[in-house]
Amino acid sequence: MSLLGRFPALAGVDLDVAAGEVVLVQGSNGAGKTTLLRACAGLAAFGSGEAEVLGHDLRKDRRAVRRCIGLLGHATFLYDDLTVADNLTFAARSAGVDRSAAAEAMARLGLDGRLRDVPAGKLSAGQRRRVALAAVVSRRPDLWLLDEPHAGLDAAGRNVLDEIVLDAARAGATVLLASHELDRAAALATRTVTMAGGQVTGGLLVPREPIHVA
Amino acid sequence: MWRDAALVAGKDLRVEARSRVGVNQVVPFALLVLVVFAFALDSDRDTLSAVGPGLFWVTVMFSGLLAIQRSFVIESDDDARDALRLSGLDGAGIFLGKAGAVAAQLAVLEVVLALGVVVLYDVHLHGPVMLLLTCLAATVGVAAAGTVYGIIAAGLRVRDTLLPLLVLPVLAPVLLAAARACEAALAGTPADGWPWVRLLFVFATIYVTFGVVAFGPLLEEA
Repeated sequence: MSLLGRFPALAGVDLDVAAGEVVLVQGSNGAGKTTLLRACAGLAAFGSGEAEVLGHDLRKDRRAVRRCIGLLGHATFLYDDLTVADNLTFAARSAGVDRSAAAEAMARLGLDGRLRDVPAGKLSAGQRRRVALAAVVSRRPDLWLLDEPHAGLDAAGRNVLDEIVLDAARAGATVLLASHELDRAAALATRTVTMAGGQVTGGLLVPREPIHVA
Repeated sequence: MWRDAALVAGKDLRVEARSRVGVNQVVPFALLVLVVFAFALDSDRDTLSAVGPGLFWVTVMFSGLLAIQRSFVIESDDDARDALRLSGLDGAGIFLGKAGAVAAQLAVLEVVLALGVVVLYDVHLHGPVMLLLTCLAATVGVAAAGTVYGIIAAGLRVRDTLLPLLVLPVLAPVLLAAARACEAALAGTPADGWPWVRLLFVFATIYVTFGVVAFGPLLEEA
């Protein structure tokens, strides 16, 4: 259970996600989607309950969990005075990943041209969103937590994002995806989970070819 | 821990180098304080020379506060503090990195201020070993204590006004000991200064140890 003020933001959530799954978390505003993703990252306080992420107890070993996850939230988590390249290099190296991962992420997101040396504070909102996604990619996470990932991206960026999600799942990573863009997100998902009032109220296996873990 | 510290220190120093806040705002502010003190205490060179060490360290404290606040402001933009939590970096490493970056900025500031004190206050530098050890211990102490209280205040809406209220009383022993040690060095009576230098090293050790142990949990709560 996670508390938001005096009221439980999450209650009675029982969710088991396997490697290689892409789970779409859907629900209306305030349903608890963002809190669920933040809880998986160890950013939301637990009142009670248990959570194991990637084999680590989230209460006892948050640091081990966090080294293996990538969270794309509503904020971009960028340092405005650092260039795109500096931001991504810091993201990669803080996850213990070689700095070459930052260069690969920049190339994949189309940031390796003139944007590479531009301070993040001078980018447009859409470009910042793209850099934030690249920061997640550069960490090479085993668990991807994507909160409204399509928001703010242009058509090309959305297509790249979809490819990245599918590639991550094919490589054995787990993806939790909270989105209001249900058509687009459902096309990526192997399973949907519906939330309301901080609880999981429904789930559905998407009838399509499963993504096999490599 | 040391790898994480180097990573965070490098990031913070790169942010400062790019933003140029230190060069364009903190250093001019520090020099301005020295000049204002010179006006306030009249142009009597003997008085200025006598109170020079105290004024030097008061200026370092005020300017250091700006550097400490700046160190946490960069983590509050666009929820970057969440990014620091999510990074998976060791809390002790983050503390050492942030304190190290603040200490590096303070060291540069102290060199500039020392030149300012020599020129404006007509202070003649003696006892270089004691002066260097005093600056080293005081700088580490100010940076470590400031970083600890910086993260305590970081999550609060009143952080900008609260930080000086929290930090300045804590740094009072550093101000006193550093001023006395410098006075003894400049007066050519080092025997009077060594107890104060030892006090500075004890203070620095306490706050570095406390920061290494407590910064991680404090960051989670900020």
